[in-house]
This record gives sequence, structure tokens and C-alpha cells, in this order.
Amino acid sequence: MKRHWHKRHIEEAILKGLMLVSFLVVAGALVLILGTVLVKGLPALNWQMVTQTPKGGYYLGKEGGILNAILGSLYLAGGGTLLALIFSLPIALYLETYASKSSWGRYVRLSLDVLWGIPSIVYGAFGFTLMLSLGLRASLLGGIIALALLELPIMTRAMDEVIRLMPADLEQAALALGSTRLETAVHVVTRQMLPGILTAILLAFGRGIGDAASVLFTAGYTDRIPTSLMRPVASLPLAVFFQLGTPFPEVQQRAYASALILTVIVLAISLGSRWVAARMGKYTVK
Amino acid sequence: MEPHIQIRNLNAYYNSHQALKSINLDVPRQQITVIMGPSGCGKTTLLKSLNRFLELTDGTRITGEVLIDNENVYARDMDVTEIRKKAGLLAQRPYPLPMSIYDNVAYGMRIHNLKKGRNLEAAVQHYLEVAGLWDEVKDRLHAPATGLSIGQQQRLCLARGLAVEPEILLGDEPTSALDPISAQHIEGRLQDLKEKYTTVLVTHILRQAKRLADYVIFMYLGEVVEAGPAQEVFENPKEARTRAYLEGQF
Repeated sequence: MKRHWHKRHIEEAILKGLMLVSFLVVAGALVLILGTVLVKGLPALNWQMVTQTPKGGYYLGKEGGILNAILGSLYLAGGGTLLALIFSLPIALYLETYASKSSWGRYVRLSLDVLWGIPSIVYGAFGFTLMLSLGLRASLLGGIIALALLELPIMTRAMDEVIRLMPADLEQAALALGSTRLETAVHVVTRQMLPGILTAILLAFGRGIGDAASVLFTAGYTDRIPTSLMRPVASLPLAVFFQLGTPFPEVQQRAYASALILTVIVLAISLGSRWVAARMGKYTVK
Repeated sequence: MEPHIQIRNLNAYYNSHQALKSINLDVPRQQITVIMGPSGCGKTTLLKSLNRFLELTDGTRITGEVLIDNENVYARDMDVTEIRKKAGLLAQRPYPLPMSIYDNVAYGMRIHNLKKGRNLEAAVQHYLEVAGLWDEVKDRLHAPATGLSIGQQQRLCLARGLAVEPEILLGDEPTSALDPISAQHIEGRLQDLKEKYTTVLVTHILRQAKRLADYVIFMYLGEVVEAGPAQEVFENPKEARTRAYLEGQF
């Protein structure tokens, strides 16, 4: 039958078009960002960039690299993620195992959601005050604590959402053998949900390694390679920020190269953990 | 012989719906007791009240007593993990744990601290043999249990359940998800095992009930209509509703 252009067909065509435009805007922005970082950063990227610390006059365009920031960021985000994980996994398991439908569980989830929404500079400022009261100075430890605070709600809620997908029958299979709820959570739920839990950890890591505001006061900045928990460390987002702030084009170009390195690290960890998750997920019950 | 399980004035509610209505029953020791009846009559509810599985569903409420070896499983100071160790459950669909075949069987023995080291290995083999699965899996014990066929998975679940040394086996239509050959396999195992274990089986397959049952409980709308030795109930039912069910009228 011949199609007539009724109002509802026109409506559908227009809205379909709008949805496509929305997607193209977002995808275009992503391509543009990656493109800019690649085009502007790639020429400045060389072996020296990733193997050396800034030498005298680096910020004026002379020799050196940003190894200090690469290592600093890995230590900060690695430490922060580990610290957050120590608290997140128990909280997520607790929510599922003992508080899944209680009003207490709802309050915990609500407060985590509120924490998720707090801007990272607030975590930075809070961490800074905390450090001052403890007599700590800007240091790797301070940065790790601030990042852990930032990552905790993200990681916990992401894990919580994953663990809630646990099939009830599988949980009951473990309970039927006389497991306690704790044994079920530790031996069965975490194993079954391992790929999802890894994804949650990764999400938090990605957020942590890319955050500049929370480490600005708490970790400080230095041109040295990090050697102690108690000394300041550099980080990639701040390296980008400082280099971009100089008036020299060659240094600004290095800022893009630093951003490219940060992107590559996040990408590598993302792909790596997916590979690990796929391997570890071989026992997972479908 | 004294009954193994005694149910005294048991009522179960899902929110306001009463699923079990003052049940009084004796389940004989080391025989196969079959609970049968049309869908929704409360068979599974009754079965799951025996290992305190009912309380895992939200909104359930239970009154009355279930005595296993004269001990009330609903007593306040009862350890629920001990009850579930004593009364193993074979579910409708097999759910292997997210581990290897070996670890599935070893899991229960490890958490209950029953066997260690070389004894554990021997015990895993023993229970896999009892479940009739050993020959099929002995070369891939450390492969994921999910790689097994569904019939093999159900036998693995049987081995896993037996490994925690229960006295009672509860089966919630344990063959309904299986192909006919696998179902036969499970039925055969259950018949072999009845000398050592008190077995309570829910089924909606009348022929299966006739093949396996030593003792029969017929339920309808949350009540026990008739209970007695299989031969009596099948050949000479006292109640009209039992007769109607046996003749296929429900």
C-alpha cells in the first residue's frame, strides 16, 4: 500500500532525525578531542618525553620529559584505587548481603550517590584541611587519600549495581549447601561478578587518574620522580595544565603530548582489564 | 521406625496469601517420600519449609514446627546453616557454582571443614562416583563446571549436595529441566541413595511419582489431602480429590 505522509509519520521522521543529530554531536566531539590531542601532541611526542624528568629550562622549551608526572599519576591513581577498593568491595557486598532492601540500605545508597556528585575540587579542599589537621604536607599520601575519597562512591555504586544482578538461584545454591551469607558473598558472589567488579574498579581508576582538582592541593607538584609517600608528586593532568599555561608554543605542544600519554594509559588499562576480566570470567555461570 | 521429619501444625503465608494450611505430617526415615499435586498447591512451599529456604523470599511468614530428629528447625537458637547441611536441596534447574568441577564438590566440604588435603581429593572422587559423573569428568576436573551439559550439571549438583554429608535429600522437581535420559539417570541415583538418605521429592509427573515413591503426600490448595504408603494411596485412595487427581482430572 502506498504510504501517506500523515502527521504521525512526519513526527517520527523529525524525532528520528533529532536523535541522530544528538548522537553525531557527541560522537563528533569525541573524534574532535582525540583528533586535536593526536594532531597537536604527536609531533612533540618522543622517547625523551616518557623517559626523562624535566631538566632545567624544560618549561621554557628546553630538554626533558614528563616521567615524573607519568609515574606520579600511576602511583596516585593506583594507590587511590587500591585504598578505595579496600572500602568499596566490603560496602558493596554488605549492601547486597545484609541490607539489600532495608531502608538503611537505601540511605547508604543515597549518600553514596550524593558523594558521587560532589565536585572533585571539594574533595581536594577537604583532603587538604584533613592533612593540615594531621600535620601532613602536600604529598603522595595526601593525593592518594583525596583520590580514594573521590573514587570511593563511584566504585561502590558501580559494584553495587553489578552485584545486584547476581542471580538469586545461584546465591541460593550456595546457601543450600549450608554456607553462611558471608561465605556466599566472598566465595560465590565475588567470583560470579568478577568481570563487573573489575569494570567498576577501572571506572574509578579512570576517573582518578584524570582528575586534576583533587590532587592540586593534596599532592602538590614536583619535577622529581616520586620516591616517598611523604613527598609531593607530579601528575599528568597538572602537567597538562602547567605546560598549557606557558606562553611558549613548543611547551604547549608538549601539553598535548602529555594529554595523549594520559589517554593512552587509560586506554591500555581499559583494554588490559577487559582481557583479564574475560580470562577470569571463565567460571562465571551464564 | 520413628519418622525422620515431623511437621506439626505448619502454616506458611506469602504476605496475606496463605500457602500452607495447618500441615501435620510424618516423613519416614530412609525412604522416598513424594509430594504431588497440581501447580500452586503448595508442594514446593512445603519442601522449602523443611530447610528454612522459605524465609529467603520476602514477605513470607511461617508458624508451627518442623522437627528433624525431634529438633525444631524453627527454634530460635537453631543454626540455619546446620539445618541446610543436614537437609540438602536439589533445585529444579542445576546451578553450578562459578568454579571448576572439582571445586564445586569440594566447596561444601571446605566450608564445613569436613575433609582436607588428600582426603578431600578422595572424597571429591567418591561423591562424583556416587552421582554417576566421575567417568565423564575425571580428565577435566579443573575445567569450569558451566561447560557441562545440563544433565551432567544436575548430577554435579547432586554430588555437591551429598558431599556435605546430609541425612535428608530434598528434590524440587529435580528432573523437570532435563532431557529424558538425564532424568532417568537422576531417578536411578535417587533410588540407589534411598537406603542411606531420607528423600523428599516434589514432582508433578504422576508416572515419576509411581516409579519412585515409597510414601506419598497429596496436596491440594495448600492442604494435605491424603498421605500414606505409596501402594495404598495409588491403588486405593481414600479421598475423592486424590482419586480425581490420579485419574487426571486436575
